[in-house]
Amino acid sequence: MKTMFQKIWERHEVVPETEATPAVLYIDLHLVHEVTTPQAFAVLREQALRPRRPDLTLATMDHSTPTRSVPGPDGAPLVSESAARQIAELERNCAQYGIELFDMRNELRGIVHIVGPELGLTQPGKTIVCGDSHTSTHGAFGALAFGIGTTEVGHVLATQCLLQRRPKTCAVNVSGALATGVTAKDLILALIGQIGVGGGTGHVLEYRGSAIRTLGMEERMTVCNMSIEAGARAGMIAPDDTTYAYLEGRPRAPRGGAWQRALTEWNSLPGDAGAAFDREVTLEGSRIEPMITFGTNPGMVMPIGACIPTQVGDAVFSKAMSYMGFRPGEPIIDQPVNVVFIGSCTNGRLSDLRSAAQLLRGHKVARGVQMLVVPGSQQVKKAAEAEGLDRVFIDAGAEWRESGCSMCIGMNGDNVGAGQVSVSTSNRNFEGRQGPGARTLLASPLTAAASAVRGRVTDPRTLLGG
Amino acid sequence: MQPISQFVSRTVVLPAPNIDTDQIIPARFLRTTVRSGLGRELFHDWRYDSTGAPRPEFALNQPAAQDCAILVAGNNFGCGSSREHAPWALLDYGFRAVISTAIADIFTSNALKNGLLPIVVDAASAQWLLDNPGAEVRVDLERGVVVLPQGREARFQIENFARYCLLNGVDELGYLRSQEAAIARHESRGA
Repeated sequence: MKTMFQKIWERHEVVPETEATPAVLYIDLHLVHEVTTPQAFAVLREQALRPRRPDLTLATMDHSTPTRSVPGPDGAPLVSESAARQIAELERNCAQYGIELFDMRNELRGIVHIVGPELGLTQPGKTIVCGDSHTSTHGAFGALAFGIGTTEVGHVLATQCLLQRRPKTCAVNVSGALATGVTAKDLILALIGQIGVGGGTGHVLEYRGSAIRTLGMEERMTVCNMSIEAGARAGMIAPDDTTYAYLEGRPRAPRGGAWQRALTEWNSLPGDAGAAFDREVTLEGSRIEPMITFGTNPGMVMPIGACIPTQVGDAVFSKAMSYMGFRPGEPIIDQPVNVVFIGSCTNGRLSDLRSAAQLLRGHKVARGVQMLVVPGSQQVKKAAEAEGLDRVFIDAGAEWRESGCSMCIGMNGDNVGAGQVSVSTSNRNFEGRQGPGARTLLASPLTAAASAVRGRVTDPRTLLGG
Repeated sequence: MQPISQFVSRTVVLPAPNIDTDQIIPARFLRTTVRSGLGRELFHDWRYDSTGAPRPEFALNQPAAQDCAILVAGNNFGCGSSREHAPWALLDYGFRAVISTAIADIFTSNALKNGLLPIVVDAASAQWLLDNPGAEVRVDLERGVVVLPQGREARFQIENFARYCLLNGVDELGYLRSQEAAIARHESRGA
């Protein structure tokens, strides 16, 4: 009896692990972006090596790319010379080594973790890596997907393999169903609150149970995306009809006979009944409420109606409160908000934009609040515009941008100012994450949009109506 | 890579738990195409104020912290992103080891590939180190121990192959490339 993780792992073992050496694990898809790869390509060049499988490698630009729409073939200027140099290096490396690149002019460009799934390249049973910790996103399809460092990017380029010790497994059982106004983002924030930011260290999480089964693919990606915020090596969800319906007909998904063969293989992936996990944790889905962070890591999170905890004598907690400008014991509802950010690899897909637009329709962004809506990819942008979501955002007073990581990581000049409070659909509320001195509250697109309308932290259920 | 076996250094202590990679090296310094020179920006926003002046109260800015090669930190050090710039910055600054009760997975992997030792010790030893900044300790990779001043030893484990590479100054890529035949076999199976 094997778990899904075990099946995928064993199918990719080129050489099994021994006491002396880790397993040599084959990688089916290597995603590449501008920030974590120049030093890896430099090693290839120094050692006169070539990428082994450029055909299994796909590059896009997302972290430091501008999101302002500027007419003309070259768009908006990059934030700095160094960012321009990184972009130019990626172009040069991909051209030299024959790696497909979605550059600034390509309509398939977008955040690396949005692009793979929407093309149908992210598939059940694959091993997928990228020099980015949110690679865990792709696990939503029943793939084993994890973030790697730049040296490992070099290893995969050169050999299409990685040296890996087999991680432990942890089942995350989420029963019941999510209530109205409660989203996949709230589910994963609730889990991180329960097990902590180091709670998943050394483990691959497999999300199971009725609350997971009823989620759509985009919501499943939100859940798996933030597995790393619990410290987990990866997160995964067994493929099912929802997965297959999402993939069928995508440009890079198998077709015809190959599709039928793929389905047979994919159906063999879910873990055997009774397969043992090293650990199990349980959440009751129907009890989860809209969640929001109040501190400086994603584990400092609570139901939106709760009061900020009091931890007397804890210097680290006091420092976080002073950074955030909050007093322990006070409610977070009605705290003033300066910036609202909808986007990122966590919540930058079409369903996220629909969800924010649903709340915004017929409302205005409160005076003094900057609201930035950044689609996860150019394809998401196009699809959103086709159904008029851009008009909803623009009419409400929000800024509608080109795709990219944008304000999630603040590398491209889209920053939150020092001392400003941002309700953000992104994944990290670390000190300075959205800009030096920025104060980030992580929440769902619904909560973010509701907070934009009132200019204060707002429970979206109060605006959703009945 | 230079072989590592043992070294002696005083410690610098950052007691906070969950020190994330955005604190170690903020994202705006990742717009580089080389590995070197990041030590200047290590812990940038904790180390310098908004005018760029060093904050005197920050541990790394104190005279006693100069030339220390061992960082002692709170639980779950290095959580967050996969940026290898974090160990690059620590090494470039002069650190050769980080000691904690837990260190994040990707940070650990990145550190080992660059010769920065991610050392996880028992809670009591870690607490002693947190309580005694500036203590002179010896890190012995061969024996897998940190020797504290009174001669007390705290054991640590480094993954066997990474340990072999560190002790012998061997690069892991060479080993991976030597698996060519097995890799080709795997590819022909899948095709």
